[in-house]
Amino acid sequence: MPKQTRKTTKKHEKDDDVLVRIRGLRFARGDRWIFDGVDLDIPRGKVTAIMGPSGTGKTTLLRLIGGQLRPDAGSIQVDGLEVPKLSRRELYALRKRLGMLFQSGALLTDLSVYDNVAFPLREHTDLPESMIRNLVLMKLQAVGLRGARHLMPSQLSGGMARRVALARAIALDPMMIMYDEPFTGQDPISMGVLVQLIRLLNDALSLTSIIVSHDVQETAAIADYIYVISGGKVIEHGPPREIMHSSSPWVRQFMQGLPDGPVPFHFPAQPYLDDLLAEGEA
Amino acid sequence: MIEALRRLGRIGLGFFERLGRGHLFLLSVLGGLPGLFLRPRLVVQQVYSTGVLSLLIIVVSGLFVGMVLGLQGYNTLVDFGAEESLGVMVALSLVRELGPVVAALLFAGRAGSALTAEIGLMKATEQLSGMEMMAVDPVHRVVAPRFVGGFLAMPLLAAIFSAVGVMGGYFVGVGLLGVDDGAFWSQMQAKVDLHDDIANGVIKSVVFGFVVTWIAVFEGYDAEPTSEGVSRATTRTVVHASLAVLGLDFVLTALMFGD
Ligand SMILES: Nc1ncnc2c1ncn2[C@@H]1O[C@H](COP(=O)(O)OP(=O)(O)O)[C@@H](O)[C@H]1O
Ligand SMILES: [Mg+2]
Repeated sequence: MPKQTRKTTKKHEKDDDVLVRIRGLRFARGDRWIFDGVDLDIPRGKVTAIMGPSGTGKTTLLRLIGGQLRPDAGSIQVDGLEVPKLSRRELYALRKRLGMLFQSGALLTDLSVYDNVAFPLREHTDLPESMIRNLVLMKLQAVGLRGARHLMPSQLSGGMARRVALARAIALDPMMIMYDEPFTGQDPISMGVLVQLIRLLNDALSLTSIIVSHDVQETAAIADYIYVISGGKVIEHGPPREIMHSSSPWVRQFMQGLPDGPVPFHFPAQPYLDDLLAEGEA
Repeated sequence: MIEALRRLGRIGLGFFERLGRGHLFLLSVLGGLPGLFLRPRLVVQQVYSTGVLSLLIIVVSGLFVGMVLGLQGYNTLVDFGAEESLGVMVALSLVRELGPVVAALLFAGRAGSALTAEIGLMKATEQLSGMEMMAVDPVHRVVAPRFVGGFLAMPLLAAIFSAVGVMGGYFVGVGLLGVDDGAFWSQMQAKVDLHDDIANGVIKSVVFGFVVTWIAVFEGYDAEPTSEGVSRATTRTVVHASLAVLGLDFVLTALMFGD
């Protein structure tokens, strides 16, 4: 049930079941448009995937939602708050309600697993150490790593590091978690564990999850809804089953992992024969 | 010709842009200081780690510099029959000049480069971004304590350097070369002035500590978040910090002792 007291700019947009609403988003790096008119809705309580080839700006999109980058144009609303317009204080207050899992895990390397999970609690609450201990053990138990609490991040495997980062991300009981490429570089077992965890946590804690990924199978298996972005635009969206059988040849190439198609195998170059005949330069 | 001018212009602009960013960065670091009063443990930890990091090299170098001063000073002074003044000479050289300057150079090489690398790596591995997303300001949480820690550790290290150096000079002068023990200490006591010599030396080391740690944390925070970026930033820290120390030393010496 939405809180009555919190002041919002547009009441009707807060009460609906869209948690993140992006309209007409444009963002440039140098003179290249990474996003050129993107519209997206992330529904509450669901697992939404944003897919696209590497370098399309998936990480950038998460940073825009989290307010680490500012768009050149367009609107990004999270829970009714217009992120680019927030003051620093408001932005930090919003971030306490968001969890983000970075591609690398981004654990603090000089702190143990336990202290990493305790970090947001110690920074943002005045809870006594005994309570923090209980919370940390609960979160670690949820990701199955209570026994690893004394290890340092350098002693963890990639999959374990991501689970610890997940425990840390849920430490403050956020309303939403954003996962940046959670499956990249995982062995099949940790992959399976992560896939299950993301779904389980989303449903058990009634979170909203955004998964950014190019791992088609795993993502399609847990996502309720998929957006495919490429070339700065959303080129397809829908439930996984529909996306898999999209009418767009590009989307089919991407989702089914075909080497050649609308996206050519070859990087643009001058004709092969000319190149072979040309002498001198490499 | 035009191209050369253009390049010069670009380098100049780049330099001033970085200088400006460095100052803005300093402001935001200073903005984090009030928060540190509530959590002094963060600073104590940093004084401890930067201090301990540099302690061995400072003690060893201090000892050798003091011993060399003892030898050189004795050889010169003995020609004038003034070898009793060896204590004064050693102490003044150390307290006014060599203590702050050499300690700062060593500090830049040991602790400064480590600070840059640590912060740069935290940036490259997204730890700083991660903190931001946890609503923790990395400038306040990571940079400010390191800045204050380094800034406090530097005068302590310079003092240790000078003290060990005096012991080194004593060891060579009195122990090996036979300068009179009492004269060594009593002349030192009489001629080294608390305000003119010691206070000025301390001011120097405070200024050097400020500048070296500032450069180190800025280079780390501003590093390109890749391994080459971090290694370049580390090199820049050592070079820029050393040059800054030597340049500032001249300015400060002129202001303090030049009249
Ligand atoms: N700090 C940056 N400066 C300039 N360009 C960047 C920066 N970060 C990312 N980019 C560019 O933005 C594009 C999108 O990056 P990213 O969001 O990381 O893609 P993805 O996560 O989809 O692989 C890439 O082409 C990348 O080269
Ligand atoms: Mg990415």
